Amino acid sequence: MSTVEQAQFEPARRMTANSWAVVVIFLPPALLLFTIFVALPMAEAGWYSFYNWNGYGRPDRFIGLKNYGYVFGNAVFARALVNNGLVIAVSLLIQLPLALAVALAVAGRVVGAVTFRMIFFLPYVLADVGAGLIWRYMFDGDYGLPATIAGDLGTPSVYLLASKDWAFAAVLVVIVWKYFGFYMMLYVAGLQGIDKSLLEAAEMDGAGPFQRFRHITLPLLGPMIRLSIFFSVVGSLQLFDIVVPLTGGGPFDTTHTMVSFLYYFGITRMRVGFGSAVGVVLFIICVTFAFGYRRAFMRND
Amino acid sequence: MNGLAAIAIFGALVVVAGIVLVPILATVFGGFKDLGELRVNLLGLPRHWVWSGYWDILASVRYWRVLGNSLLIALLTVALTLALSSMTAFAFAHLKFFGDKFLLNYLMLGLLFPAATAILPLFIKIRDLGLLDSYWGVVLPQVAFSLAMAVLLLRNAFKQLPAELLDAAMMDGCGYFRYFLFITLPLSGPILSTVAVISFVASWNGYLLPLVVLDSESRYPWTLGLMAFQGQYNTSWQLVLAFITLTILPAILMFLMAQRYIVAGLTAGALKG
Repeated sequence: MSTVEQAQFEPARRMTANSWAVVVIFLPPALLLFTIFVALPMAEAGWYSFYNWNGYGRPDRFIGLKNYGYVFGNAVFARALVNNGLVIAVSLLIQLPLALAVALAVAGRVVGAVTFRMIFFLPYVLADVGAGLIWRYMFDGDYGLPATIAGDLGTPSVYLLASKDWAFAAVLVVIVWKYFGFYMMLYVAGLQGIDKSLLEAAEMDGAGPFQRFRHITLPLLGPMIRLSIFFSVVGSLQLFDIVVPLTGGGPFDTTHTMVSFLYYFGITRMRVGFGSAVGVVLFIICVTFAFGYRRAFMRND
Repeated sequence: MNGLAAIAIFGALVVVAGIVLVPILATVFGGFKDLGELRVNLLGLPRHWVWSGYWDILASVRYWRVLGNSLLIALLTVALTLALSSMTAFAFAHLKFFGDKFLLNYLMLGLLFPAATAILPLFIKIRDLGLLDSYWGVVLPQVAFSLAMAVLLLRNAFKQLPAELLDAAMMDGCGYFRYFLFITLPLSGPILSTVAVISFVASWNGYLLPLVVLDSESRYPWTLGLMAFQGQYNTSWQLVLAFITLTILPAILMFLMAQRYIVAGLTAGALKG
């Protein structure tokens, strides 16, 4: 079927002066911009990562793979990797199931479904920086929830974001709060695409709600779930904006992600070679995951 | 579904909605409380409504300047993204020329690259081009990063337009340029607004790129302005809360007014990417 469509829409026209003019005028601006600001920097990250360079003059102190050695030998980077892993775990095990449960609830005929959807999507609309500062306030030991709870109990307050044990857990809470609404919307879109008559037919045949969910809804929602897992992991790997307003990577550099590590240890200190190596590592992780995942799970979607 | 289950589901939704809304409402109302009340009244309505925090911010140049900067950067990004991506998508949708597949795949590499990975070389590139601390230093990379997705969405949409239309237009001697301007673009309103929404939201919420590129506070978009404000007044939560409320307000208003469009745009961007 797709080949028929292709044949129908593929232009069978010969190139004329007019169409060459289109190519020559329409393509270069976008290709140029893309090359300068996306493709070249990516290639240069690979190149710079072999040099010890502070960004001035030309990179000429070639040090081979040493930057990569520094990156993997760095305890803060190791912790950042663990943190990215935690974000992925929480996204997959808590955020997406929550989003699916909520989507099933608001895709039905529950009272106020549209209002609920809007409310759940609201945190996604706030930029990470806004959401991060809101939660910095909510977690504040003098003003936020810990202070209120401690006041009620008559115990001393807790400074979550300054605690090595709790700070990253707090970050994870904010991530679930901020993003589950987006995945809920994806699932709602998927649920709306499911043919209601299938569910009705199953109900006629005596299938209970769990059987209908297990054998009809879930399989039909499969492509959307695989897609949401993909977005969730790739997004988790690139997490940055929300860490800065909440903790800035602290306390004692325990709440960095790979990108915040890249920012605080590479960019602000102008360690171009080292920072580029971090970027390359992140790139390899993302691309390996993207290709592997698509190959394994999304071949037919 | 029986009544009891329906009530349980409704109750669960109310609880989740509460968890979602409480921090936002506490922030909005917090801006009306004085510092002493903030310490003891996190979740309640203000006992004494203090309007001065909000008024001072609304009367400040600083607030309007950060919003103006964000708007300018976002509008330039959207305009350039729409112009460049529609032209590019049009050529790839209708013309077969030497290297077309290669060039399209090259552009689609942009879908793979996490923007943050090359931020250091990008910074050096922007510096060497003399664009550091300028609006263009933020706008041009943002456009470059949104191109791949935009071209993908638009090319698919342009290909869906009936081929007879193009045949008829060519028969009547309408060249590709006029066809693009007077047929393709007017018929592609919905997908163009989807692309506009995606690139506007990405630019409006952008943080890392302006953080790296901009130095002068006079050019800060609201995301940087908010962080700078918080850094300066970090002992006066009531002011920070009012500033947070007022800076996230435009996004919330835009969302409430164009809700359908924004949700459709963002999910379509995700789905078709």
